[in-house]
Order: sequence, then C-alpha cells, then structure tokens
Amino acid sequence: MDLKATHELHQRRLSRNVGVALTLVSFVAVVFGLTVVKVTSGEAVQGFDHTVRTELLPVENN
Amino acid sequence: MTDISASITREYEPTFGDYFALLKPRVMSLVVFTALVGLLVAPVSLHPVEAFAAILFIAVGAGASGALNMWYDADIDAVMRRTAKRPVPSGRVEPGEALAIGVGLSGISVVMLALATNLLAAFLLAFTILFYAVVYTMWLKRSTPQNIVIGGAAGAFPPLIGWVAATGSVSVEAVLMFAVIFMWTPPHFWALALFMRSDYDDAGVPMLTVTHGRKSTRNHILAYTVLLAPVPVWLALTSIGGPVTMLVAVALNAWFLWGAYQIWRRDEVMSEADNFKVEKAFFRFSLYYLFVHFGALLVDYALKAGGVI
Repeated sequence: MDLKATHELHQRRLSRNVGVALTLVSFVAVVFGLTVVKVTSGEAVQGFDHTVRTELLPVENN
Repeated sequence: MTDISASITREYEPTFGDYFALLKPRVMSLVVFTALVGLLVAPVSLHPVEAFAAILFIAVGAGASGALNMWYDADIDAVMRRTAKRPVPSGRVEPGEALAIGVGLSGISVVMLALATNLLAAFLLAFTILFYAVVYTMWLKRSTPQNIVIGGAAGAFPPLIGWVAATGSVSVEAVLMFAVIFMWTPPHFWALALFMRSDYDDAGVPMLTVTHGRKSTRNHILAYTVLLAPVPVWLALTSIGGPVTMLVAVALNAWFLWGAYQIWRRDEVMSEADNFKVEKAFFRFSLYYLFVHFGALLVDYALKAGGVI
C-alpha cells in the first residue's frame, strides 16, 4: 500500500490552502499599512483616559 | 491504493478558484473601475494606501453580495444555461459555504471600509450589500419584471461610495454618477433579454419580455434611454466634468438614442430576419458605454491635474 502518492484531490486542497494563506497575509499587510498611515498622518492619536492632557488642548495665542 | 480514501469527506473538493468565482470577478471589475473613478475625481484626496484599501473593500463587499446572490439563487441558476456552471449549481461549492463566505466577507468589508475611510461610506456599502442580497435577490427578482431597474441601483452605488470614502459626504456629482449607471442598466439588460430568449422563462424569473411582451420591452428600452441621455450631459457640466466628458456624453448618448429608436421601430419579424442584429449591436455598445463615460471623467481629471484645462 502506497500512502505517498499525490492524488488530484491533494492538488486542489493545496491550491485552496495556498490561496487562503496568501489572502490572509495580504489582509495583514493592508491592515498594517493602514495602521502606519493613520498613526503617521499627523492627527492626535492619544485617546481620552479620564485625565486632562494639556498637550491635547488647542493652542491659544495670546 | 493511495491514502486518499481515508480523507475523502465529500465528492468534490473545491479549489481556491471555485471560491473566488463566488465573488463574480467580472462584475467586480466594473465595481473597481467606477469606484476608483468616484474616489479619484472627488475634491478631497486620500492617502494612496487608504485609497487602495477603500477600493479593495468596496470590491470585497460587492463580491460578498455576489456570493449571497449565488447562495440564494442556486435553484434558478441551475436552470439557466448562462449560470448553470456557477460554483453552487454545478456542485463545486456547498450552498452553506457560499452563505458563510458571503456573510463573512460582508462583515469584514464594511468594518474595514469604516476603519479605512469613514462611517458614511461603510453604511452605504452595507446598504448596497443588503439591497442587492435581500431586496433584489430574495424579493424583487422573482416577483416583478421591474427587477432589473431595482437591481441596477445596487450596481450604481460603487462610484458614490468611492466619492463618499474620499469626501465624507454625498454631493450632486456623486448622485449623478449613481444615476448614470442606474438609468443605463434597464436598456442594457432588456436589449439582452430580447435576443437571449428562453433562459429567464425556463427559470420562472419574470422578465419584461415575458410579462409585458416584446413590444412593451422595446418601448421601455427607448423610454429609459431617453431618460438616461441628459444625465451624463448634466454630469459633464458639474465640477468633475470637462470638455472630454461633454464630448463623450453627447456622442455616446446620440448613438445610444439612435440605437434605442431603431429597436423601438422594429418588430419581431424584422429582428428575426437579421437575427437580432440591431439589438445585439445595441447591447455590445452598452458594454462600452459605462467604461468610456467613466474613463472620460478620469481623462478630464488628469487634464485638470496637469493644468491643461
């Protein structure tokens, strides 16, 4: 009994697995790219955490 | 004997391509193109990565609604020659898988579009998916011959979503881009229905040719083409239009009107005598109609960006 022969079904499974893997890697790349762009786009990125942060207040020119 | 006998769980193991076919890649190409134009011609420009993500997730959302459509319509797809080879009716993909992929990708695309751009764009994408999958596929497609008109709205949303992704709001230019595709869809499909005769009858889908007759379909094609013609001209007069858009709008719609008039003038005897030559030419022309119109918007955008006009 030969358990090593590659069946055509294995090729179809391989195509599916490789496809899903590439899709997931691409998705991670897009999310990472978006994160970098959002964080470096110059907007205030500190969230409200129940204490006043003076550095987030608008600058007043007197 | 191979070790395959121990691991067979179903008759056919789908490939990645079978799953990808659920997303209707050919429809997606029009979605990507029109959404890209909507996004590019908008007065606010996005960072290239954000723009890429926006187009990607609009396309994924459109694909998801295609998968939901294939899940629900598997019974009628199996009867029609044009659709019998789709993954679900041909047995390559289980209906449950199509449903899961459709629902999963819908969720991902809407959430990601919200994160990449803004909530209004994501809401419009969610509305489009819901509209196509529920209002069109599950409800109106099987119950009214105006199904094509309603279904056209779902196909018309991508440039509007692209515009909103960039600007965060809806404006007259975006609505006119929507209107061009919305008004173009009925004459496009009804011309096809005139010469692709039996498919929809076999499946029991109400088509205007069957419910109201072929003469009425010819009247409808002319009426919708007359209503369509001023829309691209109006679009050419807005802030995103220009000389190229105007030239294209006038030339293409003059030709389209002439074609619709000829279809209206003919009867079945004349059409069958030349094997629906005019109807087929009108349909072929309608395929290029949208690409050329949206291409013209891009050309005008490029001319303005380059300082030529």
